[in-house]
Amino acid sequence: MTLMNKFLGAATALALSAGAGLADPALIYDLGGKFDKSFNEAAFNGAERYATETGGSYRDIELQSEAQREQALRRFAEAGFNPVITTGFSFADIIANVAPDFPDTKFVNVDGWLPEVPPNVLLINFQEHQGSYLVGMMAAMASETGTIGFVGGMDIPLIRHFACGYAQGAKAVNPDITIIPNMTGTTPAAWNDPVKGAELAKAQISQGADVIYAAAGGTGVGVLQAAADGGILSIGVDSNQNYLHPGQVLTSMLKRVDVAVYESMKAGADLETGGFQTLGLAEDGVGYAMDDNNADLVSEAMVAEVEAAKAAIIDGSLTVVSYYENDSCPALDF
Amino acid sequence: MGFYADLLQILDSTLRLSTPLLFACLAGLFSERAGIFDIGLEGKMLIAAMASGAVAALTGTVWMGLGAGILASLCLAAIHGVASITFRGNQLISGVALNFLASGITVLVAQRLFGQGGRTPALSGDARFGEIVLPLTETLRPVPVIGPFYADVISGHALLVYVALLCVPLTWWVLFGTRFGLRLRAVGENPGAVDTAGVSVIRMRYTAVLITGILCGFAGAYMATALQAGFGKEMTAGRGYIALAALIFAKWRPWAALWACLLFGFFQALALRPDVVENVLTVKVPVPALDALPYVLTVLVLAGFVGKAIPPRAGGEAYVKER
Repeated sequence: MTLMNKFLGAATALALSAGAGLADPALIYDLGGKFDKSFNEAAFNGAERYATETGGSYRDIELQSEAQREQALRRFAEAGFNPVITTGFSFADIIANVAPDFPDTKFVNVDGWLPEVPPNVLLINFQEHQGSYLVGMMAAMASETGTIGFVGGMDIPLIRHFACGYAQGAKAVNPDITIIPNMTGTTPAAWNDPVKGAELAKAQISQGADVIYAAAGGTGVGVLQAAADGGILSIGVDSNQNYLHPGQVLTSMLKRVDVAVYESMKAGADLETGGFQTLGLAEDGVGYAMDDNNADLVSEAMVAEVEAAKAAIIDGSLTVVSYYENDSCPALDF
Repeated sequence: MGFYADLLQILDSTLRLSTPLLFACLAGLFSERAGIFDIGLEGKMLIAAMASGAVAALTGTVWMGLGAGILASLCLAAIHGVASITFRGNQLISGVALNFLASGITVLVAQRLFGQGGRTPALSGDARFGEIVLPLTETLRPVPVIGPFYADVISGHALLVYVALLCVPLTWWVLFGTRFGLRLRAVGENPGAVDTAGVSVIRMRYTAVLITGILCGFAGAYMATALQAGFGKEMTAGRGYIALAALIFAKWRPWAALWACLLFGFFQALALRPDVVENVLTVKVPVPALDALPYVLTVLVLAGFVGKAIPPRAGGEAYVKER
């Protein structure tokens, strides 16, 4: 807490001494933490790419508690950072309150949703159900037991959205497949509880699951570890996590938060705001990860089938139902 | 999958989740029986988890990690001892302060060493406690009921799980079977009498606090090198407080502490399997309700519904030889 105040103070002091006209971008990570090897780390990677490619600089901060969301937003805006980029849906409501006070600052939020978007706010959303559909297909093709698992972080519609796409993809391959969905918790602490994630994964293994998809931020580290310990396959999320346990992570559902952050930072003060930006398979906003670490796990036949589904989703001949449409999933009961 | 198989899986998980609670609970037992309240179990576990995770990652041997964890936990225990025994400070405040210290310093040191956002690198191979398959596991497996129980629940845990279980009879014997234990308990009930008998109250209390440090070191090392493969920010997640609740629930007795920790661990394991709970009770129980059960039980005990929990009489008071 005090440490964070110090960081904030230092950031503010630095920005003021350098002159507020600099307009560097700023990045605020959600509670999972900057190095969650997943969602927030993807944002960090995007920012780093911006810094190395353009030679620009940026400021970032990790939150320690819910209460710091508004404080961090206001401090960055007051210090003249532009745009101020945030990750995680929890920021949306707070941005709606803060944004009108800083009309010259542009705010970006990844994953958020607002009924009315203020003119200086951009909300970036991903079609996670499409990417999850593809990894669900791969899970069903790789599974020998006919049972696959899903470990979510906090039980929110967004995570059910992931699970729903995953279940639809799996059932498209094997209509009789059993899908075990578990959520880690109901508070933001669920994004960073690898111990519980590992226990959930072990429970799913004992129920026969041999592929587990973790969409749980930092909690996923524990899920992937338990899956590797238990000798089964896992699927990473957001960032490419195949390297965490080479040969034991089937694939990762990529959510290109890094690209979104990079593009926003690059646009700088000229960023177009006042609405939503939706990134799906067609925009390469979501996808699945292939590299040396999982090359032996995924056969060419699997890739061919997944690529066919990807093309069908893009051209509209295959529709993946979104959990948001009617707050329920056709393929999975929660 | 049958109900019995589900039950075995839950009990297996129970044993894993109870182990850190049991270590911490016995740690608290030694300290509080000697009259030193220790709310800093959480902090000691946390710093031990960080130290063991970091050293195991650096050296590649889990035993070095375990040693480092115990050492780090002993340091905090020593600070608590100096503050509350020598300087007669408020034991609760000292404990709380140490928790905050541990919470901050663990992330700081881990970040400085590894630059992975306060995590320590993932451990593998010899840097972790592997699962031990007890003898006769495969021979006994075909035996109905008992066989699977032995193979799936009792066997196949990390070494520290068995160490924790063995600590229970050991603690019982030390406290109730040795002269040292008698004096330790007396120091927590009536330090004046112990002093009159010519035994140093100060030394007894320091010994108890250091034993607490060692046991918390085991708890933290178990979390980072056996249950998980590395330290993560705030990874103990309140287990030190649950252990304190278990200690009250057990009324400061070793065997009761074992059952209390197993019960609390069982609730944690149950919260991971809401589907089983739903099948047995035929109603959907919200997961947070299951998570809250240990605390509800502790409040019930404190309120006097399940017998009476009387703490050691001299607990929380610094011993002053002469005024």
